[in-house]
Amino acid sequence: MRALTHLERLEAESIHIIREVAAACENPVMLYSIGKDSAVMLHLAMKAFYPSKPPFPLMHVDTTWKFREMIEFRDKVAERYGLDLIVHTNQEGVAQGVGPFSHGSQLHTQIMKTDALKQALDKYKFDAAFGGARRDEEKSRAKERIFSFRSEQHRWDPKNQRPELWSLYNTRMHPGESLRVFPISNWTELDIWQYIHKEKIDIVPLYYSAKRPVVERDGQLIMVDDDRMKLADGEEPEMKSVRFRTLGCYPLTGAVESEAATLPEIIQEMLLTTSSERQGRMIDHDAAASMEKKKQEGYF
Amino acid sequence: MAHQSALIETDIEAYLDAQENKSFLRFLTCGSVDDGKSTLIGRLLYDSKLIFEDQLAALEADSKKLGTQGDDFDFALLVDGLAAEREQGITIDVAYRFFSTDKRKFIVADTPGHEQYTRNMATGASTADVAIILVDARKGMLTQTRRHSYIASLLGIKHVIVAINKMDLVDYSEETFNEIEVAYREFAAQLNFSTIKCIPVSALKGANITVPSPDDTPWYKGPALLQELEEIEVDGEAAGQPFRFPVQWVNRPNLDFRGFSGTIAGGTVKVGDDVIVMPSASRSKVERIVTANGDLEEAQTGQSVTLTLEDEVDVSRGDVICGGQVPSLISDQFAAHLLWMREEEMLPGRQYYMKIHNKLVSASVSDLKHKVNVNTLEQQAGKTLELNEVGVCNISLDQAIAYDPYAENKDTGSFILIDRRTNETVGVGMLDFSLRRAQNVVWQELKVDKETRAEQKHQKPAVLWFTGLSGSGKSTIANLVEQKLYDRGRHTYTLDGDNVRHGLNKDLGFTDVDRVENIRRVGEASKLMVDAGLIVLVSFISPFISERRLARRLVDENEFIEIFVNTSLELCEQRDPKGLYKKARAGEIKNFTGIDSDYEAPEAAEIEVKTDELSAEEAADQIIHYLESNGYLSAR
Repeated sequence: MRALTHLERLEAESIHIIREVAAACENPVMLYSIGKDSAVMLHLAMKAFYPSKPPFPLMHVDTTWKFREMIEFRDKVAERYGLDLIVHTNQEGVAQGVGPFSHGSQLHTQIMKTDALKQALDKYKFDAAFGGARRDEEKSRAKERIFSFRSEQHRWDPKNQRPELWSLYNTRMHPGESLRVFPISNWTELDIWQYIHKEKIDIVPLYYSAKRPVVERDGQLIMVDDDRMKLADGEEPEMKSVRFRTLGCYPLTGAVESEAATLPEIIQEMLLTTSSERQGRMIDHDAAASMEKKKQEGYF
Repeated sequence: MAHQSALIETDIEAYLDAQENKSFLRFLTCGSVDDGKSTLIGRLLYDSKLIFEDQLAALEADSKKLGTQGDDFDFALLVDGLAAEREQGITIDVAYRFFSTDKRKFIVADTPGHEQYTRNMATGASTADVAIILVDARKGMLTQTRRHSYIASLLGIKHVIVAINKMDLVDYSEETFNEIEVAYREFAAQLNFSTIKCIPVSALKGANITVPSPDDTPWYKGPALLQELEEIEVDGEAAGQPFRFPVQWVNRPNLDFRGFSGTIAGGTVKVGDDVIVMPSASRSKVERIVTANGDLEEAQTGQSVTLTLEDEVDVSRGDVICGGQVPSLISDQFAAHLLWMREEEMLPGRQYYMKIHNKLVSASVSDLKHKVNVNTLEQQAGKTLELNEVGVCNISLDQAIAYDPYAENKDTGSFILIDRRTNETVGVGMLDFSLRRAQNVVWQELKVDKETRAEQKHQKPAVLWFTGLSGSGKSTIANLVEQKLYDRGRHTYTLDGDNVRHGLNKDLGFTDVDRVENIRRVGEASKLMVDAGLIVLVSFISPFISERRLARRLVDENEFIEIFVNTSLELCEQRDPKGLYKKARAGEIKNFTGIDSDYEAPEAAEIEVKTDELSAEEAADQIIHYLESNGYLSAR
């Protein structure tokens, strides 16, 4: 037989990880962020249990500031796959009117994303949550385990991680403790795109270039997705051919000017480009150790 | 991310098709900061154009702030991920790096080199096919070179690339290179590598990293480091192995489908193949190989698939479906190499969880044979393993499992040990061989007797007979001893006045005749328990020498340990925990030992505990020490 290709190897490893959680944990959940990494992770989960369905629900932590197209796509996907979808929003945050424009990216992320996630995990008593993070995204993620142990307070202790050898994962926990599990840890951005291409996985249209209304703010192209975005003096939304390399809350996610309207064109553009993917994501621009700190506090 | 291929611009579809057939290699880099390890990885990423402009800008800023290379980029800063690592300029944890060329995708496990990070290196080595061992050309073979090579070999890495680095600092001297190569090959002859390749490089200057540098090393005719990584053949080794399929999850979507999901850990499988399920040894044939992309005719090592079998056989998570001709082995007692991963030392006898492939069982290290000095490879005596120490030991499980020796199959021969209280992964190991002779499909017929029951519990059964005056502290000490034995995973039972006088002996009083009958019954009960393989703690005043002798004669020699809890009558009377002495003095209790009935002190007790001098805790330790040094706490 021919040797397995790198994508076949990555797929097999991810499936092994996803099955292990289903077999060894009591009450897992898959965090679904609607982005391309989540799309790949969900596709892998569908494959892992075939002909059964994944024995866990999907959960989306909705900050209420996601692109409208993302929400439509999310509901369509859950229906097509026939999976339970839990949508959780931090209602205290909503009551206080927390948002990225009024409270800044850091506080918004803390309250609507990190705190919301912790609320949801506590509410449903999930003991394992899948996340679509990759080790090539960011330096502190490169050192995180695939099965990442969290204390009862959801804290990550980078200096006291469980050793992870071979494909032997330690899933033992006390009540209240939990695991964050990253089945696509070893995939790179290029792997993700190649796999989406090979497996014909459906992704949010925002990844493809189209004419969209944007304003330029602090060097970023921000899409005016609804009327909560107050325009400053002299700001006028312009229709530009843009696409998104990464998807988050719309006010925090910069678009790139692009003509790439098909998957091969996107991959081509990525291969010829010169800046890394998270540049479009404003929350990572803080100090070098910011992600490490956020993760310690319970951010995915 | 400028991949070299011109196809990207001209024909992206053709490029993507080509990329889909890339192969895959996981390698490990070992060396310390001084060897230039991080610099080497940074250089590989940089030279294969995998560093983006924004990362380069961040690197430039970091290099000025923290760098050690003057105005040059400090590539080490690219790969040291945790804040503490950047501040201290060291690599603490394993980091995984990714890069690819047009031929291969690589995953690099970047591990620290200091001795206190042996566990991290082993972690990186566990999934690597190739190890790059860095040697500083100015220093040659060092202790750490030996250590890194040993650990790589211990974890079963077959291919080693010795990158002799900092060649720029020795004027690219051929002589220096040759000396190091000869010394390395001589040393490595005692390890289990199948290929060794030595390459002269300068990570800092980029010499022989991605392409050969004939200007620097005209005398070197071999490939550059990256070329070697692209060409080295590691696949195919698993293909010839016997088929192994550890069952991970039983797939039952409905009553008509019962499949077994897992990842193939060795060999290949075809529809119609004979298989045998271990450890139950039930046989069947492969009916279907199911995947979401359709059924397969054949599948190979590394693929995650779902098998269905032709017969209704009982298969659960943790079983291993094996090729019918060469089933895996089964055993519950092993010799193994163990590497300790935590600050809390390994305790022989303590019960841990063991996870091996998809099976979780109870395990204890019954005996540490010797430690291995990771620097010199010498064997050293020792009773326990501390953090980062490697030892050869015997391991006993509470049930038999399917396995292969690690040298034959890493996936079915590797395990982790988990602390039962903290749930931490405390040790990792590699199974060498079974300690049982009858380890194959057919179990040897065993007569169940005292010896086999004791062996199952990994202990020598015995009676610990505590004698002494009322209030001397017998029960307190016996309880502590039982607690300590329990902590070590021993099987025990305590017989004392509380649980015997109210039941078995409730018809007996305190006359001399009744006292003798009391002890006779307790003696017989403890004999039965010894026969069951238990360590029995008997805590009775038992004042008469003759009755104690009677109890002693009921069991075999060495199975009766008399413990004289020697406390003076004055002290016992002073303590008088139950107010019995007072009542006896007042004449309310008759025949009270020490007051109006004799206590005959033992003449030759195995252990005498002087409670005037020792605390109860110290007394318990004295007894445990006796049991240990006389072999009661190890098997057979």
